[in-house]
Amino acid sequence: MVTFKIDGKEIKAKEGQTVLDAATENNIEIPTLCVNESVLPYGACRLCMVDVTKGKRKRTVTSCAYEVAEGIEVDTKSEKVIKIRRMVIELLLARCPESEEIRQMAEKLGVTTTRFKPDEDGDACILCALCTRACREVVGKSAISLINRGTEREAALPFYDEADDCIACGSCVYICPTGAIKMEDKAGTRTISWPNCSQEFKLKACSACGFYFAPEKQLEFMAAESGVELEKLEICMSCRP
Amino acid sequence: MNDKQQKLTSVAELEKKRQGLNKQRSSDAPMIAVCCGTGCQAYGGKKIADAFKEEIEKHGLGGKVEVKTTGCHGFCERGLLVVIRPQNYFYQRVRLEDVPEIVSETVIGGKPIERLLYESLATGEKIASEEEVPFYKKQVRLVFGDNGYIDPYEIDDYIAVGGYSAFSKVLSGMTPEQVIDEVRKAGLRGRGGGGFPADIKWQSSREAHGEPKYIICNCDEGDPGAFMDRSLMEGNPHAILEGMMIGAYAVGSSIAYIYIRNEYPLAVKNAYRAIQQAKDYGLLGKNILGSGFDLEIKINRGGGAFVCGESTALMASIEGKVGEPRPKYIHTSHKGLYNKPTVLNNVETWANVPLIINKGADWYSKIGTENSKGTKIFSLVGKINHTGLVEVPMGITLREIVYEIGGGIPGDKKFKAVQTGGPSGGCIPENLLDLPVDFDELTNAGSMMGSGAMIVMDEENCMVDIARYFLEFLEDESCGKCVPCREGLRRMREILDDITQGRGEESHLEMLEEMSEVINDGALCGLGQTAPNPVMTTLKYFRDEYKAHIQDKKCPAGVCKSLITYHIIEEKCTGCKLCVNACSYGAIEFMGKKTPVVLHQSECTKCGACKEVCKLKAIEIR
Ligand SMILES: Cc1cc2nc3c(=O)[nH]c(=O)nc-3n(C[C@H](O)[C@H](O)[C@H](O)COP(=O)(O)O)c2cc1C
Ligand code: SF4
Ligand code: FES
Repeated sequence: MVTFKIDGKEIKAKEGQTVLDAATENNIEIPTLCVNESVLPYGACRLCMVDVTKGKRKRTVTSCAYEVAEGIEVDTKSEKVIKIRRMVIELLLARCPESEEIRQMAEKLGVTTTRFKPDEDGDACILCALCTRACREVVGKSAISLINRGTEREAALPFYDEADDCIACGSCVYICPTGAIKMEDKAGTRTISWPNCSQEFKLKACSACGFYFAPEKQLEFMAAESGVELEKLEICMSCRP
Repeated sequence: MNDKQQKLTSVAELEKKRQGLNKQRSSDAPMIAVCCGTGCQAYGGKKIADAFKEEIEKHGLGGKVEVKTTGCHGFCERGLLVVIRPQNYFYQRVRLEDVPEIVSETVIGGKPIERLLYESLATGEKIASEEEVPFYKKQVRLVFGDNGYIDPYEIDDYIAVGGYSAFSKVLSGMTPEQVIDEVRKAGLRGRGGGGFPADIKWQSSREAHGEPKYIICNCDEGDPGAFMDRSLMEGNPHAILEGMMIGAYAVGSSIAYIYIRNEYPLAVKNAYRAIQQAKDYGLLGKNILGSGFDLEIKINRGGGAFVCGESTALMASIEGKVGEPRPKYIHTSHKGLYNKPTVLNNVETWANVPLIINKGADWYSKIGTENSKGTKIFSLVGKINHTGLVEVPMGITLREIVYEIGGGIPGDKKFKAVQTGGPSGGCIPENLLDLPVDFDELTNAGSMMGSGAMIVMDEENCMVDIARYFLEFLEDESCGKCVPCREGLRRMREILDDITQGRGEESHLEMLEEMSEVINDGALCGLGQTAPNPVMTTLKYFRDEYKAHIQDKKCPAGVCKSLITYHIIEEKCTGCKLCVNACSYGAIEFMGKKTPVVLHQSECTKCGACKEVCKLKAIEIR
């Protein structure tokens, strides 16, 4: 265990824990947009920045990646970090003017308008990379990835239409903080729409009740990963013995 | 060196080899040093060297006069460069046709050829010897100097001038701790940007747990204005290898990488060749010179993105991952490449190491300022008479670099600013020209040492446009990972677009300052953190220019097209028609001989062709 101060309060935390996790456990709220417990820290949105004083040195760091250490002093609400958070959210507000989630986060941070000209592409993606990280780190696939550099960057399938590696599991949809990735199941088909590409996948009908319950590719993937026979997986949850 | 070299198996054998080489070579033997650096290759390079060899043969001097193909001498603007040794006659702008005359007049006749000599800008006087040419006179070429004497293709050349003696000194009598201590006492700071003390990284990696430990040489050189790393790698690769060998020994590493950008084919080729030669000589591999120390050096070719030069992005790239930076709250000296202790230094940093070991920290630390020791190589470009690579002692003033080495500003234009440190460096104004150039002084002025690029600007450069230009470059090069850099730089550039196109508002300046501060504090890596520098420094030192754009909708330097108009000065115009013919848009009307022409603003695209051709300076920008 290590002992350190956060906003003047002395707390204890496990070695190797991030400042963000330690703060959360102690009911100190730090805003985040690119963090999720199922994937590794990434440090892209910069909302979670805090000031850390270690000995004589004071630095502004991302609390989602910075590990606690004995004797450090953390300030989660310094003037500097508030400025950063407000600017970041003001920039995102202009990037995704239609995103309700971003608007709410902005409000929480005391920002209601943006001085920048709002983008008009209707794209709600903030490029936090939660989707691509979940695909790689959780599912074990690399169906989608971040392509291009800088302002051209986007999360997409290879060449926008190569879905070979995608098992249509929808993990990216569930983890997306702004609803930028959409999914619809209809008439035996699952359609996943990423910001700049979209793909259809066949759903499997339950061998007992006939309900289209899961993507074929996902079932095949599960069978291959687990060694369970495919037929045994082709029964929906409600019909399973 | 045709027969395969026997591996040297001890320090004594290396020294014997050196003595043998020096017995064959005499320092006052005639030599024609032909620059074959990338710049001079454009003017013939090897072809001219071959012509010299043929000519020498023709005169029956084969074997008596050596023709040496060398790396870059720095004064690329005057290429092709030839130096005739031992007199050190310095010939510039040499072409194939000049070869026979150089051989008969200078090599045989011993006389310099006036036409090929450098002519003083101030006095018009011809200067014969290399050392006296103003471009070289104030330089202290400790690291770069050997480039003009050795063929980068021949390890023997490097050994003959004392190469690998620092490495043998280390192997035969210094402990790793002593090596690190010497580097610490010398005060060596990283030449790749941040100026971080080399010894601290080395020490930290040495003490870190984890095997293997890695050594990396950063030859990514993503800054389009800088080419000193390329020139060193091309012209003297063994000096860099020797530095890395010493570093690896000190840190306890047996695997090293050189990360070279792919756009540097000659540097890649020379580095490969140098490594092979060092292996053949037993200077790389197992049990080097019988010391028990092993080292392998591999080459990794970088993909070309500017951000790949950043330490964590570079390491990701070597690992075969996307070259993107990551937070490095645990130092790479502890967890770097493949999560193992790693020392990353720049090409020039490594090239300084043999020098320190050979001549000692006491000697080295006498050069430079209190906290910046040794020399630094700068690439001097822009509105300056002498462009090229210059190596100067730390602490030299900007004025000396610009006016003495650089020969001042071309034409009768006025100096305006010098930008140091690459695209994210700051612009330093005239009243700071006496600033001593070192890591800390440049940082205090809002700029940085950075890559060592120096871009000189004159009165015809608009500082708002310059800031916009660099920001656009960095916006393009941003990897896009973090919000402040990806979104922030783009928005700052949009504001600068507005200002330079006449849509500027009073509130823009404060907004730019606010954004600069936040991006500087909040971006993930050095690219974003330093990207606002050009904007911040121009706002600080050239605020009036911003105000002129915003309040008066004028561009004082006459650059921003939306804010300028061309005018005919009637008193000066004689109706010569030159401009009428030059204008592709028919915007200038001929009104008859000896009558001033008329410029129709509605047709004018502000291309400036008329002003270029007018001999009477009868066209002005308002
Ligand atoms: C965007 C960016 C680009 C960089 N490019 C280079 C480069 O091309 N060459 C280099 O030596 N260092 C570059 N650096 C600095 C490296 O991250 C690192 O600090 C340096 O290589 C360490 O070596 P040194 O201590 O010898 O300077 C870059 C840094 C940033 C942030
Ligand atoms: S600062 Fe720019 S280049 Fe660096 S990680 Fe962030 S987006 Fe990428
Ligand atoms: S949550 Fe830490 S940078 Fe996004």
